[in-house]
Amino acid sequence: MENLWEFLSLRDPNIRYVVLGSILLAASSAIVGTFTLLKKKALVGDAVAHSVLPGICLAFILTGVKNPFYLVIGAFVTGWISLVLIDYITKHSKIKEDTAIGLILSVFFGIGILMLTVIQKSGNAAQSGLDHFLFGQAASLVGQDLLVFSAIALILMIAVLVLFKEFALIAFDTHFAESIGFPVRALELVLTTLTVLAVVTGIQAIGVVLMAAMLITPAAAARFWTDKLTVMIFLAAGLGAFSGLVGAYISYVAPAMPTGPWIVMIISIIAITSFFLAPQKGILFRMITQRKFQTQMLEENILKLFFQLGERADHKYFDTRSVDDITRRRPFELSKLQRGLKNLRKQGFLEATATGWVFTQAGKSKGQRITKLHRLWELYLTEYLKIAPDHVHEDAETIEHIITPELEKRLEEQLQFPSMDPHKSQIPYQR
Amino acid sequence: MIQNVNNPVLELHDLTVTYNKKPVLWDIDLTLPSGAIIGVIGPNGAGKSTMIKSIMGLVPLSSGYVKIFDQDLPTVRHKVSYVPQKESVDWDFPASVMDVVLMGRYGKLGLFKRPRKADKEVARECLRRVDMEAFANRQISQLSGGQQQRVFLARALAQEADLYFMDEPFAGVDAATEKAIINLMKTMSEQGKTVVVVHHDLQSAMEYFDWVVLLNLRLVASGPVNDVMTSTLLQETYGGKLTLLAEVGELLTKKEFPSRENQ
Repeated sequence: MENLWEFLSLRDPNIRYVVLGSILLAASSAIVGTFTLLKKKALVGDAVAHSVLPGICLAFILTGVKNPFYLVIGAFVTGWISLVLIDYITKHSKIKEDTAIGLILSVFFGIGILMLTVIQKSGNAAQSGLDHFLFGQAASLVGQDLLVFSAIALILMIAVLVLFKEFALIAFDTHFAESIGFPVRALELVLTTLTVLAVVTGIQAIGVVLMAAMLITPAAAARFWTDKLTVMIFLAAGLGAFSGLVGAYISYVAPAMPTGPWIVMIISIIAITSFFLAPQKGILFRMITQRKFQTQMLEENILKLFFQLGERADHKYFDTRSVDDITRRRPFELSKLQRGLKNLRKQGFLEATATGWVFTQAGKSKGQRITKLHRLWELYLTEYLKIAPDHVHEDAETIEHIITPELEKRLEEQLQFPSMDPHKSQIPYQR
Repeated sequence: MIQNVNNPVLELHDLTVTYNKKPVLWDIDLTLPSGAIIGVIGPNGAGKSTMIKSIMGLVPLSSGYVKIFDQDLPTVRHKVSYVPQKESVDWDFPASVMDVVLMGRYGKLGLFKRPRKADKEVARECLRRVDMEAFANRQISQLSGGQQQRVFLARALAQEADLYFMDEPFAGVDAATEKAIINLMKTMSEQGKTVVVVHHDLQSAMEYFDWVVLLNLRLVASGPVNDVMTSTLLQETYGGKLTLLAEVGELLTKKEFPSRENQ
């Protein structure tokens, strides 16, 4: 706990820098990643992330020092080459894009690991810490490193801000963008370059292996919560920044722990939570909606049945019906039926008597309406769709529950208020 | 039956287009009159969409040239609008109806500039013209097929162009939308604008278009609707006479043989 306060107070300038750096680069890669995701290029981000490793190693071998400036240039160069190669292979051979990405990713990463091993065996003292580029070490983000990576992160944010309208357009409709004379190829080139740069910012704090997650996951999580592009970008940036902050904290309390996996864990938990809990799009929300429909159908079916029992009993709608009366006519599952009856009483559509259940006036109206809709729909199907009368019942069983009052009105008018359904049952209009 | 016109809005000269070396359009020579509603008609795979795309510079030409208002496309781009097939985009994209219609203003705005109040007002007016004003803030993922098409048309209207190319605007739309679109086209034509429409329903073609272009890998006919929609010409367009042409095309693809000597 003390650690946390010490950390959050940001009194230690070193902590301040690490926190600032982690937030900046996580947010900037999330912002660029939003467009990578919308252009459906998520895998390309992963390929780039892995392909920067040989560049980092090569820069170190050539210069012999761990200067972030050289390393970034090296990373940028090989990351870029990997993209050009993927593009070339896809265009000029029978190999499809997914295969090309897989090929380039593994070949480049393989070469990178090979070079890293050679460097580690070389005995050059300056190389210590180079392996942090694999899984990240946020705490090492100080001094010159911080300056370089934060500068890139700022450039990324400004570039997206300036080109927001253009990126949104080429992500949505490339052909249209081209038709109005936008330089689509150049814009795509810029976006690609930004993607490579976003990967490069994260190599020290998060590491090349997991950097793709920082590009894609915040945007994917944000997409669950909003349908507005601007909101999505800010949300992605916020979620990215939060996981960056947590990563920096963990790196501070447990220096031996690689930061990348932790940051990715945090953002993944956020994404999975969104997947389940988000309104409208989340799994839980959809399950609840489904349940609501089931309940609605059950209750309406009970009321419909009460109405039909009344019809058969010489229009004595307000007599008591026992559970037996109900199940004899329609085999409900008993537990469900009991639950439905109780709910309907709570809502004021039924009342309980000593021997069973009885309609209220509101309950009768509702049961009558569902029965009417059922029969009208059956008639519509036989009249307009020429479906045989013995085939229409099943359809009507579902449709009766979703017809809105507006559709109801149109249905009545189109059929001109008929009196009988195809099975010669009276259609019960409200008077 | 290929009728040429004076002062055409569009002239295609010896236009040949290939996909992966396979010619999908052979030597098209065509001129189109101004202010007409023009249908481009032919069977599946006849190259209708390709012709529109090649005019808009979206696919490279193997030979020939395109003149719009007697100029090259880049100089008259602001007077030309292109409506892609609505299936060509992902309607799950996080954008509102207004966002999409505003894209129609981007050509006038140019790079880096944000839409201004005037652009928003134009966009709103265009939405009104396609009866979608009430949907301005709706997410595009919630639209029906017909509504999607209306949004695309509103975006095209927002371009305030003189020549419109529409790729299958009647595909997958409801009857009300179809009617609304054709009324809109008639109004545009009365205002002197030219509308070129890729279409494949022969029945409605007679009724909708003033001028018809029949296409099947090559130009079969181009002229006023009553002269072109004859059984002989339709037979020629839809009949199987062109198997030899198609087979030569296949051969070029298979052998990766260039369709022009200097390629």
